[in-house]
Amino acid sequence: MYRYDEFDHEMVRQRVAQFRDQVSRRMSGELEEDAFKPLRLMNGVYLQLHAYMLRVAIPYGTLSSRQMHQLAHIARKYDRGYGHFTTRQNIQYNWPALEAIPDLLEELAEVEMHAIQTSGNCIRNVTADQYAGAIEAEVEDPRIISEIIRQWSTFHPEFSFLPRKFKIAVSGHENDRAAIRFHDIGIAIKKNDAGQIGYEVHVGGGLGRSPFIAKKIADFVKPEKLLAYLEAVMRVYNQLGRRDNSYKARIKILVHEIGADEMKRRVEVEFAKIDSRGTLDLPEAERQRIASYFAPPAFETLSNSCPEFEAACTNDAAFSKWVKTNVVAHKVDGYAIVNISLKPIGGVPGDATDVQMDSIAKIACDYSCDEIRVTHEQNLVLPHVRKMDLHTVYEALCAADLHTPNLGLISDQIACPGLDYCNLANARSIPVAQEISERFSDLDRQADIGELHIKISGCINACGHHHVGNIGILGVDKKGTEFYQLTLGGAPDEHAAIGDITGPAFTADKVVDAVENIVETYMHHRKDGEKFLQTYRRVGMAPFKERLYGSE
Amino acid sequence: MAQHVSKGARYHAVTANRLTDGEVVYFSDQNSWVLAFEKAAIADGPEATEALLAKAKPEGFSQFVIDVYPFEVIEDETSKTFQPASVREIIRASGPTVRLDLGKQAETA
Repeated sequence: MYRYDEFDHEMVRQRVAQFRDQVSRRMSGELEEDAFKPLRLMNGVYLQLHAYMLRVAIPYGTLSSRQMHQLAHIARKYDRGYGHFTTRQNIQYNWPALEAIPDLLEELAEVEMHAIQTSGNCIRNVTADQYAGAIEAEVEDPRIISEIIRQWSTFHPEFSFLPRKFKIAVSGHENDRAAIRFHDIGIAIKKNDAGQIGYEVHVGGGLGRSPFIAKKIADFVKPEKLLAYLEAVMRVYNQLGRRDNSYKARIKILVHEIGADEMKRRVEVEFAKIDSRGTLDLPEAERQRIASYFAPPAFETLSNSCPEFEAACTNDAAFSKWVKTNVVAHKVDGYAIVNISLKPIGGVPGDATDVQMDSIAKIACDYSCDEIRVTHEQNLVLPHVRKMDLHTVYEALCAADLHTPNLGLISDQIACPGLDYCNLANARSIPVAQEISERFSDLDRQADIGELHIKISGCINACGHHHVGNIGILGVDKKGTEFYQLTLGGAPDEHAAIGDITGPAFTADKVVDAVENIVETYMHHRKDGEKFLQTYRRVGMAPFKERLYGSE
Repeated sequence: MAQHVSKGARYHAVTANRLTDGEVVYFSDQNSWVLAFEKAAIADGPEATEALLAKAKPEGFSQFVIDVYPFEVIEDETSKTFQPASVREIIRASGPTVRLDLGKQAETA
């Protein structure tokens, strides 16, 4: 894992001291709210419905046990005993008092974490594949370039006041688990025929009010040139982004309006200028220095055949079922990747209590080379578990109520905080997710339905990624009543697709019936082995529409 | 964000969040900020709402509360008591519907 150097420590320490002074001046009345609000937002402090909310950055979703223990401690000491893991691999605390936040940030800094650039019109936390460094057939660990981008973009003066917020995601695998095509910049790491590493760059993706799939504007940017290329993209955006209209200010609108070819041309012009000066070339030695932080842990030489594991599968049916859904093959023989579902039946997607966070930290310390990952689907991952330890890990997860075997199934839903917490929301998300989870609580039924991703947002800003849900649910407000609009066929991965609207929205008491009708229609039409998305792509919207609304 | 004031609505109250911790507060008949919605002053008609809002936002107000705004309330014909009209304000007045152990609802339980 990356470790702060003396400059990182000093920057974060100074920032906490500045914010402490700003909070103090706000409390004394020296600073008015209009002046203070942008300062608190720059430090990740939002005002929500019931309280302030603090968003803490988890760079590329990677945590050590020590950091997870500290997140648990913060939940206990400064919040109400829980945290919420988000679709940007961050954690949010829903109840911190403003006057205590400087102390909170100081404790966070002790474990090399902060909340800088988790809000505001700047480059936000860089996200990456949660299986980085653990999955088979990875081209390169995406955290290396993510960390380089993090260092380049943190406090970058030219990119501190962009037209709007800016999100970057990186994938180092042909299976895109980081939704790179729905980010302002998505980077896919590639290897050419000569075995060299390079970066495919996509720009202008995003969800929200106007969803767009990013356009590829570069096939293979060399490693030493990537920062210069990204700077060129940012410079074009900074010059041409619509600062006059916040609804049109994201780079996706710029790319849509001028077209991918013109965007590519303008970026290449800027890139040529930056490149000619050579000042942003990344020296290989520095790249290697950063890469060394992400060197694989000292894996033992083990056989992939593990009698203890196989015996446990035979003797413990619940364990066997959990392995089938939540455990993924590791690149090293004798190891496995463990997914921890934060979607218990009827629970709040993405929430974890302080006790659960401590449990996960201990399990990671004892059995996963001290590493934890956060996924954009609001789950956690233990990336490096010996197969011989899987049953012990499973039992420890059972003790912490973290053993739900539903990864990728219908109850493994993304849901934003919605109107239960969020100041922007129009409708509640979590109760809909809970009701769906309970309706489909039979795990055998879930397994029979197979892979199906439901994503729920409480407003058009789409924090719950509803546009890319196989079934997407968008909460809307109609004259004070919550309604839910459904979409079908969305996908966030390498086969990116934006869902199609089914028709008129449903009331809260009808939306779960509608979801069940969609599932039953799929089950009726599916052919052997077809997933929901495959069936939808084959049969189209018509049978679903007919089931939902009757023939017209 | 949902509209707080609907056209033609008759009754309104004024709310804000407390600066120190973000707690939801209401402007009362006693010209002070209180925690309970039941103690909120109710304005009848647009002019009374404007007047209530003006009282809630005097000079220097922002040292104690932030994000001050009026919102629609409705009268229960039988009990003659008021309650917030929108789901948003009902949730602000009580707490998250998915965590009944948190928010104002937990304190009054």
